[in-house]
Amino acid sequence: MKPARPPLSLATAAVAGAVFLLLPLISLLDRTPWQSLPRLLTSTSALTALRLSIECSLGALALSLAVGVPLAWLLARVDFRGKSLLRAAVTLPLVLPPVVGGVALLLAFGRHGVVPLSLSFTTWGAILAEAFVALPFLVLAVEGALLAVDERYDDVAATLGSSTTRTFFRVTMPLVLPALAAGSALAWARALGEFGATITFAGNLPGSTQTLPLDVYLTLQNDPEAAIALSTLLLALSLLVLVAMRSRWRLTR
Amino acid sequence: MRRTLAIALVGVLAAACSSGSRRPGEANAKPHTITVFAAASLANAFTDEASAYEKQTRVHVRFSFAGSQDLVAQLNEGAPADAVATADTATLGKLTIRLAGTPAVFARNRLVIVTAKGNPKHITGAADLSRRGLVVVLAAPSVPAGRYATAALQAAHVTVHPKSLEDNVRGVLTKVGLGEADAGIVYVTDADSAGTKVATIALPTSPIATYPAVAVDAIGQSFVDFLTSSTGQAILARYGFLRPE
Repeated sequence: MKPARPPLSLATAAVAGAVFLLLPLISLLDRTPWQSLPRLLTSTSALTALRLSIECSLGALALSLAVGVPLAWLLARVDFRGKSLLRAAVTLPLVLPPVVGGVALLLAFGRHGVVPLSLSFTTWGAILAEAFVALPFLVLAVEGALLAVDERYDDVAATLGSSTTRTFFRVTMPLVLPALAAGSALAWARALGEFGATITFAGNLPGSTQTLPLDVYLTLQNDPEAAIALSTLLLALSLLVLVAMRSRWRLTR
Repeated sequence: MRRTLAIALVGVLAAACSSGSRRPGEANAKPHTITVFAAASLANAFTDEASAYEKQTRVHVRFSFAGSQDLVAQLNEGAPADAVATADTATLGKLTIRLAGTPAVFARNRLVIVTAKGNPKHITGAADLSRRGLVVVLAAPSVPAGRYATAALQAAHVTVHPKSLEDNVRGVLTKVGLGEADAGIVYVTDADSAGTKVATIALPTSPIATYPAVAVDAIGQSFVDFLTSSTGQAILARYGFLRPE
């Protein structure tokens, strides 16, 4: 039963919380130079950063899907030693400061890294940095869904002669499709906003590693108006993801 | 209506935040800590300046080190500082806040090429930086060190395709020190601070960098004065900075 009226103290704190979250965003919209927005957002540097950001975030999403879905499946369906350790490791990038992730990536995949792929200062480096922070969102969403789905569907498919791989793609995956979509959207949005790991590992070069968040950070130092315009664009893209997820969520209910 | 509401909320929050906390702009209470915003290339020398200043005045100095352009942007957005020191006069000129004094040049600096320890790529001068396959990292053009580096390369008639434009000069030093980049252009004082971790090659076409400092309030002025005092100058000289003209 719902209380007729929420206690004043709780309501006040809740309103303060909402204001705290919304005020910065409202301020951003308030300071956005709407008149010059089209000009600011179609400048060569903004378009270059936008194109690169979309390429890198989609690349990071593809990478996350390719390794994240099997990882989620492994965590949800297979019993092995050290599983809780692996789950902790997968969750770590969620709480790790991204710049620490960037340093770690540098030591792993840099020129003198453990795996010296020389990915620092390359677009692949930017994709890798984004995937590093985005992957947990996908894995956790898909793993949660897999745990919630009845395993007997898989068993039935097996008794009907379906191979394990075929079952995975034709039975298991369709069942967790909504979670896969939600996880993908979150992972993509996280990749799009990635800053710390990217600037640390991939550096900052327009057209090659300077994604939108890096562009915002550096532009703010010279041209605050343009930086605010770019920030508004990123805010709009993030909102778009949330709205898209909401309609997906409604569809599945 | 909504806008009014938002503005009202901002007002309430601002009032709540500003009452009670000490703002560096207020000169009434005797401060025990001052805040100085300083260019990244000053980090080592200024840490020493602070302890000497503290000994003399019993006032503690805390620093925010970053690229000069970053500091100026923060100050223009209302970041609290008592004094600011940048790596060039042009960047300091972009300050739009009210200042308590006139800018004073307290040091000068030169730029050099740094490479990995032992100079494995055999770089002998600016011309080598255009070599194909060489990973060169510079400071971004918005950073004073980036502007000086660009001027030095232009004067040497060399076109370089850098792999990254770092947001402060220390980033360049780090990438070269880690071996991620083959070469970079930094201040001679940065190269000195890295010791034997990097090799240094002269860059004769380098312009002379000038470091101005300015007080934002009366308290900050005493730190700016300290920098130009003989004690302050001796510390800067120890770190390889040139005296102001």
